[in-house]
Amino acid sequence: MTEPAITPELIQKHGLTPDEYERIKGILGRAPNYTELGIFSVMWSEHCSYKNTRPLLKGFPTKSPKILVGAGEENAGIIDIGDGLAIAFKIESHNHPSAVEPFQGAATGVGGIIRDIFTMGARPVCALNSLRFGPIIGEKSEITNNRRLFAGVVSGIAHYGNCFGIPTIAGEVYFDKSYEGNPLVNAFCLGVLRHEQIARGAAKGIGNPVFYVGPATGRDGLAGAAFASQDLTEESAEQQRGAVQVGDPFMEKLVMEACLELLATDAVAGIQDMGAAGLTCSTCETAARAGTGIEIDLSKVPQRAPHMTPYEIMLSESQERMLIIVKKGREAEVQRIFDKWDLPWAEIGFVTDTGQMIVKNHGEVVVNIPAKKLADDAPIYQRDAREPAYLKAVRAFRLDGIADSQSPMADLKRLLAWPSIASKNWVYRQYDHMVRDCSVVCPGSDAAVIRIKEDSLPETGNLKSGISNFKSEKYIALAVDCNATYVYLDPYEGGKAAVAEVARNLACSGALPLGSTDNLNFGNPHNPELFWQLKESVRGLADGCRAFNAPVTGGNVSLYNQNPNGPIDPTPTVAMVGIIEKAEHITTQWFKDEGDALILLGEIADTKDPLLGLGGSAYLQVIHGQKTGSPPRCDLEPAAILHTTLLGLIQSGLVKSAHDCSDGGLAVALAESCISQQIARETPRLIGAQIDLSAMKDLRLDALFFGETQSRVVVSARPLDAVKVIERAKLVGVPAVRLGTVGGDTLAIKTSAGEFSAPVGELHDAWWNAIARAMN
Amino acid sequence: MNFAVLQFPASNRDQDAVHIMRFLGHSANYVWHKHTSLGNADAVIVPGGFSYGDYLRCGAIARFSPVMQAVKQFADNGGLILGICNGFQVLTEAGLLPGALIRNRDLQFHCEHIFLKTATFDTPFTSRIPAGKPLRVPIAHGEGCYFADEETLARLQANRQILWQYCDAAGELTEAANPNGSLLNIAGVCNERRNVAGLMPHPENASEAILGSTDGRVIFESLIHSLQTRPAVSAA
Repeated sequence: MTEPAITPELIQKHGLTPDEYERIKGILGRAPNYTELGIFSVMWSEHCSYKNTRPLLKGFPTKSPKILVGAGEENAGIIDIGDGLAIAFKIESHNHPSAVEPFQGAATGVGGIIRDIFTMGARPVCALNSLRFGPIIGEKSEITNNRRLFAGVVSGIAHYGNCFGIPTIAGEVYFDKSYEGNPLVNAFCLGVLRHEQIARGAAKGIGNPVFYVGPATGRDGLAGAAFASQDLTEESAEQQRGAVQVGDPFMEKLVMEACLELLATDAVAGIQDMGAAGLTCSTCETAARAGTGIEIDLSKVPQRAPHMTPYEIMLSESQERMLIIVKKGREAEVQRIFDKWDLPWAEIGFVTDTGQMIVKNHGEVVVNIPAKKLADDAPIYQRDAREPAYLKAVRAFRLDGIADSQSPMADLKRLLAWPSIASKNWVYRQYDHMVRDCSVVCPGSDAAVIRIKEDSLPETGNLKSGISNFKSEKYIALAVDCNATYVYLDPYEGGKAAVAEVARNLACSGALPLGSTDNLNFGNPHNPELFWQLKESVRGLADGCRAFNAPVTGGNVSLYNQNPNGPIDPTPTVAMVGIIEKAEHITTQWFKDEGDALILLGEIADTKDPLLGLGGSAYLQVIHGQKTGSPPRCDLEPAAILHTTLLGLIQSGLVKSAHDCSDGGLAVALAESCISQQIARETPRLIGAQIDLSAMKDLRLDALFFGETQSRVVVSARPLDAVKVIERAKLVGVPAVRLGTVGGDTLAIKTSAGEFSAPVGELHDAWWNAIARAMN
Repeated sequence: MNFAVLQFPASNRDQDAVHIMRFLGHSANYVWHKHTSLGNADAVIVPGGFSYGDYLRCGAIARFSPVMQAVKQFADNGGLILGICNGFQVLTEAGLLPGALIRNRDLQFHCEHIFLKTATFDTPFTSRIPAGKPLRVPIAHGEGCYFADEETLARLQANRQILWQYCDAAGELTEAANPNGSLLNIAGVCNERRNVAGLMPHPENASEAILGSTDGRVIFESLIHSLQTRPAVSAA
């Protein structure tokens, strides 16, 4: 078969610039052939190389004494959680594939991140996701399409996670016009392991055999990484429909069990999944990490379709495949285990000392590239950044033309029924969030909590010597957040606010942050205004992660999230993981008992803010149809003090519930605390609250109810403990005020302008059923 | 007591089943689907999951596993077998339990807590359940709608083979409490001989206080109590 000649058009079609092509020639000392060109194009795509963002990512805090494997070292970061145990976690996007084929796009996104985790030697124990879609209420064809994408993505995640057997235990979903045609699907996975079980993606040991494990390679997912690194257009989507991989969770479950069983034999020198850029990425990266070379023969790679070319085999992104470097002489153990699980395997090559990635086809060399240069020497670009023009109007916005709320309870109901705020039970009810027997706090509270028990860990097999005994169960809290409206209106403040919110969610659950992982979803980096959004929000994220001692252990960058109608709102999603010291510290958001005292930690409103916390608020968007105004300021120092104070109060046993104020402000936080406990199907536990805010005079009602002033938490406590809570908070400078009392069957709020109330049953119905009503 | 927990490719609540039996102080071991013997098991649990990916029909391929011959023999000998979720589907496909599980009424997967009314107490799986107390346990399935023809349903009722039904907090068998459209709100049944039972909900995920409900434990305690008070059955 003759390969296409390398022409400028072909180079451009591969997303490579003339300069990049010259750089490739420099590395090779000759012109690349067609297969090599394909290999460089995927390895140097943004998805694999971070060529546009690497300088920015350097600003993230990435060190702490607890970090065992840091950002960028391996497929996922690993953090020590004490007693010889560790967690591995990461978030990754599958945005472009989900836009084209929502079910498979989302499903394979879940599959990919699970592989990243068990590749590290960890047993995956829970999954999270962060999703964005266009609006779902209405009958226009765009909206029908948004609903189709939303339903497809949710069922794809459910299909893969449920069948694989991993609890999908937390997440967030927002709906906004900017995601119309550009849905975001960010999937997170966390796994657990002992320190001694950390596996590395390095091709160590000259002469060690290289094994291919998993289903045969097909033409699916050809060059998906490159597809994800360009704007999404009708044309690109249609052309690339074949770039969407097809997932098989059953196969992945078998591959995972077999890999963990194999790792426990100590026969493995290195292991890496074939994710983005498939066989290409896994071979060159493992060699680059170990400083070795690797040689494989494609004729030995199991192939699903006849007559596949070297180009196709190397660039295929067929799912559920692993590359394993086996210690020489231990091949039989690999064969025994993979035969037991009825999994295809093949010995396809060996580790060399040449530093070259050599690919043969029936003995003939078809690729010969220095592995380290391919993996690590992608060009780095300092893109131009310019403050977007729209921000001028945003900053000039004032409340003068905005009429104050006339009926705050009616507005509250509209906010509760707004899909971005409404209960996501329609989503998480479709996810198995209880499999594995570890789900302590299920979806529906500020953060999810799982327990880690002895059998959560991978088997130790032959590794037994030197491994310490399991001591006691551990409790891990997880949450994922990003208010992208804030980021759009002020990327730096919005970036900080995203981290602060996720950290606040952890604090509310009784957890101390351990680390974070972020997914930077942005538009085209060649647009200076969009690049400025990226740069500024990364700065905000970095400052936030520093303030809360939650270093970044890895993540993902997804650029080019735009279509001809425009870019998405900048969406730097942050997932944070924390540890809860004792079971009795685990705290949920809903009110517990009649008569309990209600206290607000934080200020009723930031009176220094000319918009009183209403800039970028859900209230302005829902009630006034305006998405503008500078978002509330997020001061990190007081936020950090609030979180440690809250955690101290929880650990002292003084807090019965804690819920953070975010979208929709104080009124929504109070309402959610009244209505969010679900005992069973069709059986919510509703409890009212009687609130007195009449001391707050001269404040607009809408700001009082719906202002989104940062760093605020609603807590409930035994009546006798209320004074103690308030005093202890004030002692460290955290504002604290008694709001009222839990009880009754209404949420009643007394203000200087009158008393407003609504039955909790009505609030619950608006909030709980809004998404189901839109979807059915 | 020693429990055999079957392990099919892509069983995924096998670990949960082993965990709860060990948590309750008993021994539990995995039995691989290619094995032809159940070892020295006193009882068998067929756990939840997606055996063989459930690509044909839930449980339809699992029933041909070598281990299922041993399970059938064990059932014929009078051994106690409990199928949970996918395990229930496998047992109906294998002909060890009547009826079939089809797709949920709304075609969606449901993971949520439900209430279970125990309809029959004189079985090895229900004897220790306090009367009148709805059990709060989770479900997690896409194909849990219990279906059987009228004749079978009549026989189940006449023989009191319906063990559990979906109910509300007050114990009423309402339509709203039925998560999947099961006929007669059926959540679990046993065979005529009363030694094989299956249910869609997951009592193993509701047996420890830390998980928010311990209601499921009484089902396992019933099973253990029966084993302790009856003659042993050969697992062959």
